[in-house]
Amino acid sequence: MGDFHMPSLGADMEVGRVTEWLVKAGDEVKRGDIVAVVETEKSTIEVEIFESGVIEAIVVPVGEEVPVGTVLARVQSGASGAPEARGPVPASSESILPTEPTPPTGREVATTAAPVVRSPVVRHLAAESGIDLAAVTGTGEGGVITRHDVERALAAQQPPTSRVRASPWARRVAAERGVDLNSVQGTGPGGAVTEADVRKVGAARSRPAAAPSEPAVAAVAAELPANTGPTSDAAAKQASLRRAIGALMARSKREIPHYYLSTTIDMRAASEWLEHVNAGRSITDRLVMPVLLLKATARAVATVPEMNGFMIDGRFEARAAVQVGVAISLRGGGVIAPAIHDTATLGLNDLMVALRDLVTRARVGRLRSSEMSDPTITVTNLGDLGVDQVFGVIYPPQVALVGFGKVAERPWAEDGLLGARPTVTATLAADHRVSDGHRGGLFLSAIDRLLQAPEEL
Amino acid sequence: MTRDDALDIMRDVLHHVAPEADLGEIEPGESMAEALDLDSMDFLNFMIGLHERTGIEIPELDYPQLSTVEKCADYLVAHA
Repeated sequence: MGDFHMPSLGADMEVGRVTEWLVKAGDEVKRGDIVAVVETEKSTIEVEIFESGVIEAIVVPVGEEVPVGTVLARVQSGASGAPEARGPVPASSESILPTEPTPPTGREVATTAAPVVRSPVVRHLAAESGIDLAAVTGTGEGGVITRHDVERALAAQQPPTSRVRASPWARRVAAERGVDLNSVQGTGPGGAVTEADVRKVGAARSRPAAAPSEPAVAAVAAELPANTGPTSDAAAKQASLRRAIGALMARSKREIPHYYLSTTIDMRAASEWLEHVNAGRSITDRLVMPVLLLKATARAVATVPEMNGFMIDGRFEARAAVQVGVAISLRGGGVIAPAIHDTATLGLNDLMVALRDLVTRARVGRLRSSEMSDPTITVTNLGDLGVDQVFGVIYPPQVALVGFGKVAERPWAEDGLLGARPTVTATLAADHRVSDGHRGGLFLSAIDRLLQAPEEL
Repeated sequence: MTRDDALDIMRDVLHHVAPEADLGEIEPGESMAEALDLDSMDFLNFMIGLHERTGIEIPELDYPQLSTVEKCADYLVAHA
């Protein structure tokens, strides 16, 4: 028997609101499944469950704001039901399903007409994209419909040229309200459908009895719980985002005795290697320099482990796995630093895929809870803006932040000769309670050393 | 491919990369990345989107030739 709690999605989070449940009572869940979407002051996060079992009851309904730690749902864990059947898909857990009717999930029904979907994520994806699961052929084990199957069905159904123009946020709101984007008159740039357009349609539809002259905005306001405020208001969102970032950074500056170091790194080898590798690759497989910088930073942790981990209750806990938090600027303002898991052991190609995916999801507000809660060190890269160096503020409870400026040709003296080379300035902001300048210097020089052999990264 | 086709494709792809961005706001000769606040990942996604829509392989060394609206449209027309 376990409970599913409102997770802490970063040190700055005190409350969150469930904006969507992807499971219902009776659903079987596996560790790592995304079961709910939670809105915080900073972002919208897909929350994973950390225990396999069966959802017994949803405790906190959509729309209610609750403190971190509140029980959101009761979960009957797979272990207590039938310990011998533990595994990725505990077949016997169906015997402990509550009475609420649920779609058949057993292997034996794979050949029947009913679509077999085990993952709430897949079901959600299908619902969001309007795919009829009955029409999808499952290619998973026992005919189970996988995410890939749904994506393929979606691709077949939706040639990119026929896509309605709409912002990702508008798409989400439309999916949540069951509004067909094709039916919405767009008022955004180039006729794009905006979130407000979708809400207007959704509001008009959901209140058919309302007088036609009633302003749509009143209908929208009436739909929102009284205590939650106008979540759709971009200005209010921006204000709460700034408040959250401000509170966390103020805490960092107040509590963490920062020290700062900087070093200029010769990037000739890395630049030449990258150019050479990319020249032989199709555009979709090319790497970008930040991938090398991320990997070098993650691997340098092996040399100076006290850069990687958390300061908890005045004590430092080093972490073995390196989950590099990547500072990503959000369109419209704000910054968020979700983690790429196991950065040190991912190959460069996988890291590139992970980074692209993370940036894309961060921008449309679809990060996952594990990405938000467990970065062990942060990297910020402001080189795109032409910035030379970054003086970082550490994200509590982490203890180090590495910043990279612009990779550009600069004067470089070597062996008594002056020439020009691509260089980058790497900076370190680190916590003096955990390390000192000497160790910090070793860390930066380890990053430098790793970047001199990019083919080995 | 006509120049108008190229501009349509660019507008479409850009819309996925930066939904609120509007090509019409950019001054002639102005860098798209700067005008629309595209970082290197956004710009790469823009290049990938153009490639997926047109089939044109755009070598990395050619990226600077696609920096402005005009240059980008010309490049697509010339390489289609």
